[in-house]
Amino acid sequence: MTQPSLEKGVNILREQIDGPVAAFFSSCVHCGMCAEACLFYTETGDPKYTPIHKLEPMRRLWEREFTFAGRIKKWLGLAPPISDEELEQWQPVVYDSCTLCGRCSMVCPVGNDITYMIRRMREGMAASGNAPQGLIGATTRAVKLGSPMGVKLATLEAQARHVKISTGLDVPFDEEGAEYMVVLSSMEVVNYPEYLEAITRIFHEAGKRWTISTEAFEATNSGIQIGVSDIAAELVGRIVAAAEKLQVKTVITPECGHAYTALRWEGPNLIGRPFLFKVRHILEVLDDLREQGLLQTSGMENDRITFHDPCQLVRRGGVVDPPRNLLNMVSNNFVEMEDHGTMNWCCGAGGGVSANEAADEIRLKAFKRKKAQLESLEVETLVTACANCRIQLEEGIEENEMEIPVVGITEMLAAHLVEHPSSDEGEQP
Amino acid sequence: MSGAEFLLWMRGPGISFAALFFIAGVVLRLIEILMLGRTKNLAELRGSGSTAGMRTIATRFLPADANTFRRSLPTIVLGYLFHIGLFVVIFLLTPHIKLFQSVFHIGWPGLPTPVVDFFTVVALVSMLGLLWRRVSNRLLRFLSTGEDYLSWAVTFMPLLTGYLSYHHLLLPYSWMLGIHILSVALLLVIFPFTKLMHSFTLFIARYYNGAIAGEKGVQQ
Repeated sequence: MTQPSLEKGVNILREQIDGPVAAFFSSCVHCGMCAEACLFYTETGDPKYTPIHKLEPMRRLWEREFTFAGRIKKWLGLAPPISDEELEQWQPVVYDSCTLCGRCSMVCPVGNDITYMIRRMREGMAASGNAPQGLIGATTRAVKLGSPMGVKLATLEAQARHVKISTGLDVPFDEEGAEYMVVLSSMEVVNYPEYLEAITRIFHEAGKRWTISTEAFEATNSGIQIGVSDIAAELVGRIVAAAEKLQVKTVITPECGHAYTALRWEGPNLIGRPFLFKVRHILEVLDDLREQGLLQTSGMENDRITFHDPCQLVRRGGVVDPPRNLLNMVSNNFVEMEDHGTMNWCCGAGGGVSANEAADEIRLKAFKRKKAQLESLEVETLVTACANCRIQLEEGIEENEMEIPVVGITEMLAAHLVEHPSSDEGEQP
Repeated sequence: MSGAEFLLWMRGPGISFAALFFIAGVVLRLIEILMLGRTKNLAELRGSGSTAGMRTIATRFLPADANTFRRSLPTIVLGYLFHIGLFVVIFLLTPHIKLFQSVFHIGWPGLPTPVVDFFTVVALVSMLGLLWRRVSNRLLRFLSTGEDYLSWAVTFMPLLTGYLSYHHLLLPYSWMLGIHILSVALLLVIFPFTKLMHSFTLFIARYYNGAIAGEKGVQQ
């Protein structure tokens, strides 16, 4: 990141104001409904967490420079410029208590996409030096080491060896012309290696050629969470370069919410051109395999289970049906939370909140919403499809002395996978 | 100045000036927004943004789901009552329709005056309810600015003075009707520079929100 300054921050924030932003600010009537949709408000009752209020400095800049009345006010000295102190004061509400979950954008009666604006406001915050330390650290590691958690290729290779030992199957690296290129989140490599094993077995059974690039295996994108498009573009660019070098047809993003948004929706816009390959979430790919009869399972889970929708997949990504189709393959006791799909409640840790130590306390407060949802359902297992949600859910469950195991959907499917022994395979344990 | 002279002036130059100011202001505000535009989405789209945008313009007239409705019940109920009342009063009162007809040369059937009168009371009472919430509810008090109270006042006054003049209350009819038109003029002049603009811009906002979501295949 270049040296931040207030001037840079304001200039970048100004560039973020487009037609949608102007229409949204023009339309707000201060009805307060967005607050009721935000778990940081519902769980604290503090009005400062009202989503539209989180944008006040950006709104002032818009009014001052993009409206006729605002320009007159500015000329009369009635609209003071944005100050560093103001932006600093706004840091906790723009970063610590917003997961970019997008629930506010669904309920606003005038139709404001508030999340769209917070994503943009963060560009100005970061450029003016008002991003939280935790996110700056994660972003710096992502740029320098290729992973926000500092995970290196050697760690992934070690996991690949474990997969070989337990399944006899190779994790293919750098295979040109493969159909799929898989990218992973560091969290999966370190905390949930069962994902890698699951997809290895599933793709083997489906007869699909897939690969992992040794040059770009990290799927997450701290640049988007902190709000620095240049860095976000650099991180996306690494995956694009690797995918185009290996000439893969599809890049598969992992069980991670924001990695999907980063690559699938923001990616081409960040690098300024369409991709030469498709981007699909692992759940979309698995659902396709299911439809084609290439994903066969046996046996059913009898536990009462529910699914936590990662916000970036449903509300911000449009992947709603695949997890349900897949869960119904292996469960005969799958129940929905009262608010699910596009109206789910966030786990409380997305949008960079989990990488930001300053948000630790409020993040666990926000979890109370999920706790209430889980308690009303009395489920025995919680399934999700995002490593970041999963770690927050596990921590929240632990903290609140609940006893609900959290499982990734891909590994749950793999546990029921019908496997056909074939001659070219090594010994099966 | 007599009441008749005042009314004559308000009906003539007064309201005409306000109306022109209103139109110029609204057009300017809309240009300010639309000129900024939105950059083309380069991602592989799942659906048509424009179709989804148009759909969201319609769907946002209703709350997102039952829980949203429950959580914001007073705001939603009072908000609907106020907006329905206001719509009926502005567009379905026969004298108002005659006025539109004289300017735009198109007319439509109105409702019987006692019915409109009832809706006026509905709008007035729900507006008082909304104001009460704005000052008494912690969240709404926190969010409210001077502009919110100003917008409330300039919307409330035409309703109130219209009601009073219809019922020949408080002041001689010509004075009260003159004041009614004056309050409408004030509303028109203030309108383009306040949140009252949402009456126009919400269609743009909903369109953009729906389009952004629809391109990603998110149903709203």
